[in-house]
Amino acid sequence: MSDASLSALAAQLAAKQVSSRELTQQYLDRITALNPVLNAFITVDADKTLTEAAAADALIAKGKAGPLTGVPIAHKDIFCTDGWLTTCGSKMLHNFIAPYDAHVIQRFKAAGMPSLGKTNMDEFAMGSSNETSYFGAVKNPWNTAYVPGGSSGGAAACVAARMAPAATGTDTGGSIRQPAALCGITGLKPTYGLVSRFGMIAFASSLDQAGPMAPSAEDCALLLNVMTGFDPNDSTSLEREKEDYARDLDKPLTGLRVGLPREFFAEGLNNEVATAVEAAVTELKKLGATTVEISLANSKLAIPVYYVLAPAEASSNLSRFDGVRYGYRAPEYANLDDMYCKTRAQGFGAEVKRRILIGAYVLSHGYYDAYYLQAQKIRRLIANDFTEAFKTCDVILGPTAPGTAFKLGEKSDNPVEMYLNDLYTIPANLAGLPGMSLPCGFDSQGLPIGLQLVGNYFSEAKMLNVAHQYQCVTDWHARAPEGLK
Amino acid sequence: MKWETVIGLEVHTQLATQSKIFSGSSTAFGASPNTQASAVDIALPGVLPVLNKGAVECAIKFALAIGATLNRINVFDRKNYFYPDLPKGYQISQLAKPIVEGGALKILVDGEERIINLTRAHLEEDAGKSLHENFQGVTGIDLNRAGTPLLEIVSEPEMRSSAEAVAYARALHTLVTWIGICDGNMQEGSFRVDANVSVRPVGQAEFGTRREIKNLNSFRFLQQAIDYEVRWQIETLEDGGRIEQATVLFDPDTGETRMMRSKEDAHDYRYFPDPDLLPVKLDEDWIESVRAALPELPAAMQLRFQNDFGVSAYDAGLLTGSRALAEYFEAAARACGQGKLVANWVMGELSATLNKAELDIMQSPVSSRQLGALVARIQDGTLSGKLAKQVFEGLWEGAGEVDAIIEARGLKQMSDSGELEKIIDEVLAANQKSVEEIRSGKEKAFNALIGQVMKASKGKANPAQVNDLLKAKLQ
Repeated sequence: MSDASLSALAAQLAAKQVSSRELTQQYLDRITALNPVLNAFITVDADKTLTEAAAADALIAKGKAGPLTGVPIAHKDIFCTDGWLTTCGSKMLHNFIAPYDAHVIQRFKAAGMPSLGKTNMDEFAMGSSNETSYFGAVKNPWNTAYVPGGSSGGAAACVAARMAPAATGTDTGGSIRQPAALCGITGLKPTYGLVSRFGMIAFASSLDQAGPMAPSAEDCALLLNVMTGFDPNDSTSLEREKEDYARDLDKPLTGLRVGLPREFFAEGLNNEVATAVEAAVTELKKLGATTVEISLANSKLAIPVYYVLAPAEASSNLSRFDGVRYGYRAPEYANLDDMYCKTRAQGFGAEVKRRILIGAYVLSHGYYDAYYLQAQKIRRLIANDFTEAFKTCDVILGPTAPGTAFKLGEKSDNPVEMYLNDLYTIPANLAGLPGMSLPCGFDSQGLPIGLQLVGNYFSEAKMLNVAHQYQCVTDWHARAPEGLK
Repeated sequence: MKWETVIGLEVHTQLATQSKIFSGSSTAFGASPNTQASAVDIALPGVLPVLNKGAVECAIKFALAIGATLNRINVFDRKNYFYPDLPKGYQISQLAKPIVEGGALKILVDGEERIINLTRAHLEEDAGKSLHENFQGVTGIDLNRAGTPLLEIVSEPEMRSSAEAVAYARALHTLVTWIGICDGNMQEGSFRVDANVSVRPVGQAEFGTRREIKNLNSFRFLQQAIDYEVRWQIETLEDGGRIEQATVLFDPDTGETRMMRSKEDAHDYRYFPDPDLLPVKLDEDWIESVRAALPELPAAMQLRFQNDFGVSAYDAGLLTGSRALAEYFEAAARACGQGKLVANWVMGELSATLNKAELDIMQSPVSSRQLGALVARIQDGTLSGKLAKQVFEGLWEGAGEVDAIIEARGLKQMSDSGELEKIIDEVLAANQKSVEEIRSGKEKAFNALIGQVMKASKGKANPAQVNDLLKAKLQ
């Protein structure tokens, strides 16, 4: 299967060495072969996909192709996609065919990129292992006994297994970066507000952000060029001048100041991960970077803060799933209240219910001040730490996750241990900062290790520059799992 | 024991915007169910609200009109509860930082002026409707109304009688329609009143426990509901009972209020700031441009009518009952320069005739210009009051302009004294007995003679002139 980068695929399409239909068919064949093993896709519809590919070929023939026209992409099943089943990984929406396109989908359609299908995910994006999906767990392509991470686990797995050259993901507390790390690919969560949330099924509105997932930083830069931009349908969308995120890829890293938060290299970090991340720092130094120790003292509170705020918003966001207008409705009920209770009891999985309960609790009369309001204050403190840190460094570097992929079922009975997987990723969401994960090695079991970069607001081009330069001198990102048929 | 009533009102006014507060759907009333419900209104997964600035502008207008504080930064919150006509499972409203705080409204009750202070006014979205009839035993949901912008206007508990509550509600109704932020249509639910009612022994400082009467959609029901509720609360207390905090509904058929839910059933709405919407920022330029476009307000117009046209404060209050009425009056008064006379006609003959025909001032067949012309003909002596009424009837029927009707119907007041003297002489000759009685001092007979002369002139004689001529002839 092709390991070609997006720009190489686009060049082949432009040179008419391959048609979009042919290229897309190759990926569809790969999905047909591997999905029964990996369960990365919830919905595949070859006819729809190939129709879009044919339209892309027509654009190319007319000379109206954009930079990525004809290159197919897989979309997380959190994005409403006109005419496609859009489940958000939940029984609640197991029968919901979206009647409109999310803004992100519109943009990829406008760019002429055929959709390969809808990728599996933790239910309503709540999870770090993809085990909460109503449609079953996704398997890690590097070892199918292991989880791919979550919640964008299907997206990460399909890119790692080369079932798709790229995928969209969403990141509320690490849902792009952590699965990217666990599957050995590159993923970026942009600055909050850069990518429209319209049509992306909300988990925690003040934290959710969509972003690209692909083998390399260069690929992510090209995808980010497609995804970003002001959308009047999203009030939190930022009105900024369009920028080219690939513009700085080739800049040398001379003089780059890399901040190393001491809290991210402390207790709880797996040794093999620490070693790989430190080796990456050495590589960056060779490229001209200097390091500076920084402190993100309040980030130790990130998990408790996140597990107050995200469930609070989720408890409200998920109220619309009530069985009245669409989606699942309990087959039998005695009255209205009973219909609500049974529908939601049967339609939501355990993790979703747990978070709805936590959220309703922290917003309740008498608890709001002690939990929700207090958490908002700490959120500000966490953001302030970053502001301070960026006075002395250009980019912050650390591990993406405390360890590598864990075994299916290993943590599914212990939510708190599961939550700790997002220890290093959550602070960027709380601060609204961009963050990315890129492969930086493998552990002794051959499982990928992820390196995280967190940048200042709107510094995606800088982060991509750092990641790309690193990827020019390493090949971790270019490795694909072997033994998959 | 003597009891004092305490009333505060919460009024939901539907704002007269073309589209909804958080979506582009139309707000027009009466469309087929769910034909005005977009993806946002039915709360499909993934949709997001976008604030309609027109609704914010309505709130700014209102704040400026009542002299309230406009919160330069105000915040939308989510009010969470489950109901089938609430598609998102939460209503977007404003709790902690509403757009409008404070302000006051002047009311007139039994000739007494009172100031009622307002607590706040906040923007929110309306819910849809549940249709319980004609659906073969199931409930239908119509989401056309879901997302219609509302300004909820909350008064301080400063009213002490149903009459004051009605006066306040009327004054508020006049104001919101006057400044054009609400169509005021109470049948269609554009102006809905909730009344918080409690009673306490006269002299007691603390308020009694209140009960809230929901969704009163006429001033009459407001009055009836409060009167019933006050009687019920006093009777309950005097019988040794206690008032429990509750929400009640008024049944117009029985004239009674009945319990909807008790305090124990009250929801915990779990309010929190809506993360989908940024805080609303009002800049000074925007506020000033809204202020500049604001029409003259009822209170200012009342003062001006008193100064410019010499009408009483009471009449000025009535004439500014609606902006259309005030504008009608002013146009007619300016047309003839006779404000007081025009005021009498507007509040007398015109209002009575309109009421009888169930028309409002904007539908009046007699234009303000015509009424002005009519009053001018009274003033210059062409018409007596009685003849003027006949001309008015002609105007109402569409028989043409004032002078043409006078001409065509021969309604001109007799100005030729020779002709009048002839009539008087005939009347005197035919009523010798009365003449003798007058000469012997019976004043009553004099009035009877005036009546006879008027009758003989077919009402066209000028009564003052008749009076003078008769007196001269009888001397």
